[in-house]
Amino acid sequence: MSKENEELGYMTSVSRPIKGCAGDTGEWRVFRPVKDAEKCNNCLLCWVFCPEACIDKEELEVDYQYCKGCGICAVECPTGAMTMIKEEKR
Amino acid sequence: MRLLETGNHMVAYAANSAHVEVVPAYPITPQTQIIEEIADLIARGEMDAEYIPVESEHSACAALVSASLTGARAFSATSSHGLAYMHEMLHYAAGIRVPVVMANVNRALGPGWNIWCDHQDSISQRDTGWLQVYVASHQEAVDTVIQAYKITEDSSVLVPMMINLDAFVISHTYMDADIPGREEVDSFLPAYKPLWRLDPRKPVTHGSVVYPVDFSETRQSIQIGHDNARGVIKSVAAEFKDVFGRWHGELVEPYLMDDAQFAIVAMGSMAAEAKVAVNALRRQGRKVGLLRVRFFRPFPNDELRELCAGLEGLMVIDRDYSYGNTGALFTEVKAALYGHVDAKATNLIVGIGGRDVTHQMIEEMTIKSWAGEMAEVTWGDSRMSPAHEVTTAILAEFGELFDKD
Repeated sequence: MSKENEELGYMTSVSRPIKGCAGDTGEWRVFRPVKDAEKCNNCLLCWVFCPEACIDKEELEVDYQYCKGCGICAVECPTGAMTMIKEEKR
Repeated sequence: MRLLETGNHMVAYAANSAHVEVVPAYPITPQTQIIEEIADLIARGEMDAEYIPVESEHSACAALVSASLTGARAFSATSSHGLAYMHEMLHYAAGIRVPVVMANVNRALGPGWNIWCDHQDSISQRDTGWLQVYVASHQEAVDTVIQAYKITEDSSVLVPMMINLDAFVISHTYMDADIPGREEVDSFLPAYKPLWRLDPRKPVTHGSVVYPVDFSETRQSIQIGHDNARGVIKSVAAEFKDVFGRWHGELVEPYLMDDAQFAIVAMGSMAAEAKVAVNALRRQGRKVGLLRVRFFRPFPNDELRELCAGLEGLMVIDRDYSYGNTGALFTEVKAALYGHVDAKATNLIVGIGGRDVTHQMIEEMTIKSWAGEMAEVTWGDSRMSPAHEVTTAILAEFGELFDKD
C-alpha cells in the first residue's frame, strides 16, 4: 500500500476542540439573548447550560459571533435576567 | 469445552470467551436468547462485563460506539426491525471507525409480520460500511465471533463487523460445537489496544463538522479499511487454524470446485443445504461445485473471478431481494465477473420469510439452470395458497379487481 493510502486509511473526524471550528454560527440567529446586569446574580447557570460555550465565565457576556440564539440560557436563568430579542433584518 | 446448545447461546459463550467488556442490547425475536444468556453469565459472575439495557436499538448502537471509543471491547446483537432501527447509527459506527462486533440473527422485515429467516435485514444495511459475514453452522458462529475482534481491531482495518446467522436454522437449533475457554482464546486474541480513546486529560472532538474540502477522504478511508480487511481475514483464518485446528474458509469457502463445470453460489445455512445437493449431483456424474460466500462485505471479487474462471454456468441463490432489480448476491456476483468470466448466470430466490429450502429443490433447479431451462430470475416456489386467497377474496369485496362474475 502506498504511504498516501496508508495515511488516508486513518482519516476520521477526530479534531481539536477549538473556538469557531464550525464557522460563524452566530449568523444563523433569529433571537439574541440580552442580559440585564441588574437582575443577574452571577449564579453561572447560563454558563453551565450554554451548549455552544458562548458565555464567558468571568463577565457572563454572550459571544454573538457564535451564539445560535437557542434560548436555553433564557429558559434556565432563575432571575429572568436573559431576554430573547428578535434580530433585525440585515 | 464441547456443548450441545442453541446457536444463540453459543454466540453468547463466544462473546464471553472473547473477553467482551460492554454489551448494550435490546431484545428482539429471534436474537433474544443471545443477550439473555449474556445477562445470565454476568449475573452468575461467569462473565466480567457491563450490560447496558437500553431503550431501543438506535441507543444500543450509540452505546456500542461510545463504549468502544473509551477503549473497551464492545458487543451487541440484534435482528430484522431492530437492525433497521439502528440504520443511522450503523453508518455512525463505521464513520467513526470503531472495531465493534455485532451478531445479527437474519430475519424477514414486515409487513406481513414474520419472525423467520431471510437475509433482507442485513442486505438492506449493505452500504453502511460494516464488514458482513454469513455463517453456516453453530461452530462457525462461535469461531467467527472470536476471529471478528482480531479482524476489526487490526489497526489497518478498524471498521465494525456484523456476524449474520440464520434465524431458527442456526439461532434456535441445538447442535454440538466446541467453545474455546477464555485462556485458550487469550493465546489467540490479545487485549484490545486502541489507537486513541476518549480521555478527559487529552480532550479531542470526534464526529464534528467536516467541510466538503475534507470530507471525501474520511469516506475513502472506510474503503481502505475494507480493502485491508481482505488480507487480515485470511491471515486471521490461518492463525485460528494453527491454534484451534478449525477452518471455515476465507472470504469464500469453495466446495468441490477443482474440476467443477457449474457452480452454485449461496450464503448462510442455505449453502450448507446446497452441499447436500452438490453431493447428489456429483453422484449423478454432474460436475457441480459450491461457492459459499462468507463475506458479503468486503465482497470477494478476486476470489470469484478466479474460482469461476472456465465455468459453463452458475446459479446464485438469494434469500433476499433488491426490489426493482434482482437478488442482491446475484447483482454483486455478476458485477464481480463482468469482463472477467463469461458464464451464464441465473438467480434463484428462495427461503424468503423462513420458507424451507430443501436440497432436493436446489438440486432440481441446478439441473434446470445448467440446461438453460430456468428464467434468469426465478422465485423458486411461488404459488397461490389458501391464505393468499383470503386476500383476493377481500379485494373482490371492495371492487372489480378479482370479480369474476
